[in-house]
Amino acid sequence: MTAVATSLVDEVLAALATVMDPELDEPITELGFVRSIRLDDTGVTVHLRLPTSFCSPNFAYLMASDAQDALRRVEGLGRIVVQLDDHHDSEKINAGLVADAGYVGTFGVEADTSLDELRSIFLRKAHTAAMERSAARLLRDTDLTVDDLHLITLAQLPEGRTKEALLRRRVAIGLGVDPGEPVVVDEYGGPLEPSAVPLRLRFAKAVRISIEGNSHFCRGLLATRYADAEPGGMSTRVTNLRSTS
Amino acid sequence: MYEKNGEKYYVVDAHVHIWDGRESNLKNVHGKQFIDCFYDYHKNLSPEEVVWDYDTYTYYGGQRLMKDLFEEGYVDHAIFQATLLSDFYKTGFGQTEEAFGLATEHPDKLTYNHAYDPRYGEAGLEQLRRDADRMQLKGVKLYTAEWHGDSRGYKLDDPWSRCYLEECLKLGITNIHVHKGPTIRPLDRDAFDVADIDKVATDYLDLNFIVEHVGLPRLEDFCWIATQESNVYGGLAVAIPFIHTRPRYFAQIIGELLYWIGEDKIFFASDYALWTPKWLVEKFVDFQIPADMTEYAPITTDQKKKILGLNAAAMYDLDVPADLRLPTVAGDAGVEVAAGARS
Repeated sequence: MTAVATSLVDEVLAALATVMDPELDEPITELGFVRSIRLDDTGVTVHLRLPTSFCSPNFAYLMASDAQDALRRVEGLGRIVVQLDDHHDSEKINAGLVADAGYVGTFGVEADTSLDELRSIFLRKAHTAAMERSAARLLRDTDLTVDDLHLITLAQLPEGRTKEALLRRRVAIGLGVDPGEPVVVDEYGGPLEPSAVPLRLRFAKAVRISIEGNSHFCRGLLATRYADAEPGGMSTRVTNLRSTS
Repeated sequence: MYEKNGEKYYVVDAHVHIWDGRESNLKNVHGKQFIDCFYDYHKNLSPEEVVWDYDTYTYYGGQRLMKDLFEEGYVDHAIFQATLLSDFYKTGFGQTEEAFGLATEHPDKLTYNHAYDPRYGEAGLEQLRRDADRMQLKGVKLYTAEWHGDSRGYKLDDPWSRCYLEECLKLGITNIHVHKGPTIRPLDRDAFDVADIDKVATDYLDLNFIVEHVGLPRLEDFCWIATQESNVYGGLAVAIPFIHTRPRYFAQIIGELLYWIGEDKIFFASDYALWTPKWLVEKFVDFQIPADMTEYAPITTDQKKKILGLNAAAMYDLDVPADLRLPTVAGDAGVEVAAGARS
């Protein structure tokens, strides 16, 4: 492999790493959902897989079409083919991806709206969980108590991954990231009465536990399904057949 | 009955099946994928020594069930929950007649809950009346996300669904178990959305709504509505096996449930044959919240007794031997929750 080709593989991986499982709020590359990447002179073929055949078809479609969109942003890839393997709706989803039919076009009579609203619900949940992580960290590492939290702004969060994750999720749902913005907010990003903060945090904690638990479950099921059954197990098989010139 | 360290526990397994996922019963590839998916659940979350081989798993019949639940599994009483999936299996996935027959043979040990689908309209309503009469139903199990023709599922507060719930009231079917969990084939809406339960629980206070799988993967939404409705309960099927593979995660689930809905509204369930009750009961009795998770209080023996059987026994009017009862009444639906949130 030449330096150029290697970097193209890296670019493909980086593009796929921007695709999130909407429910688990983690990149598909880290979850083991990218089964294989094959580059040749005409283009790229990516195969995706999921923990069971009965993963929701709407989420399956979201991830597959997001992967296709992400790959389109990589220059010089050529023909892009994304295929979802071993799902009860694989045939339908794969045909829809090839035809670029969109969600409603893919599922026809079975789908009556776009998935924007569903996606938005899970982006809000992801934000709620990130907010709870930030708040819980403050309570753990400082002398602050839950009664102080309504006064805390983004500026007061320590720099690091937890804060970055919160800011990213605020952007995703259209909230501001100015240092003066309050950290603990209601479901729509609005300010809270001080007395409402403890219950809001308690609920946010249940949201976080739910998301993390689903992630445990999906990772476990994916491993049960594929780890022993395939050479290479849970890793992504990369084949690069691009000519060197 | 299970006994450990001098404590005796009355055990009700609130969610069991006899299913037939054998090749001979498959209607299409979905039937095969569905049983394979169940088998992955079983393999992923069971201790290695209790994992069945695939052929045993696809069909085990009534005799094996009696042995696994009552001879080895410490279960005093179990409740069949119907899972029809008629679009996937020739004679359905759950074997309703076989289960009903077994329950008729052992009324002291087994209760049979049937199913209906409000999308069958008037004809289904008539069928429900006949079923209630023949089967002496106390409960039903509903799959709101089940695929049916062009329909992507239904909501409990749809007009026809309300007609069925009203009929349940007339027929004395008071326990409405609702599957909110692993999907069948929902599309543009969130199949796990539990908001429809919120609405009907408010309107039908004489019905009990048992959310199977405690709303997983939407635990928080379930907790939220269950705190506001006095007649919403949670079944631990699919959540409890995490006690083995992910005990800290299980501690969080049970900690949250105890906080939000309280000790009187949680039911033990194995979801047999997804998992066998024996190891679940043993591990639950031995289970304790890890000491470093200080945000949750330790689980008491009385709480475990209620969850393992006394709550469901109260709901289903089961006759609990005097030495297995608690001094106070378990399963008191009048308790306003959330226990933790309001304390």
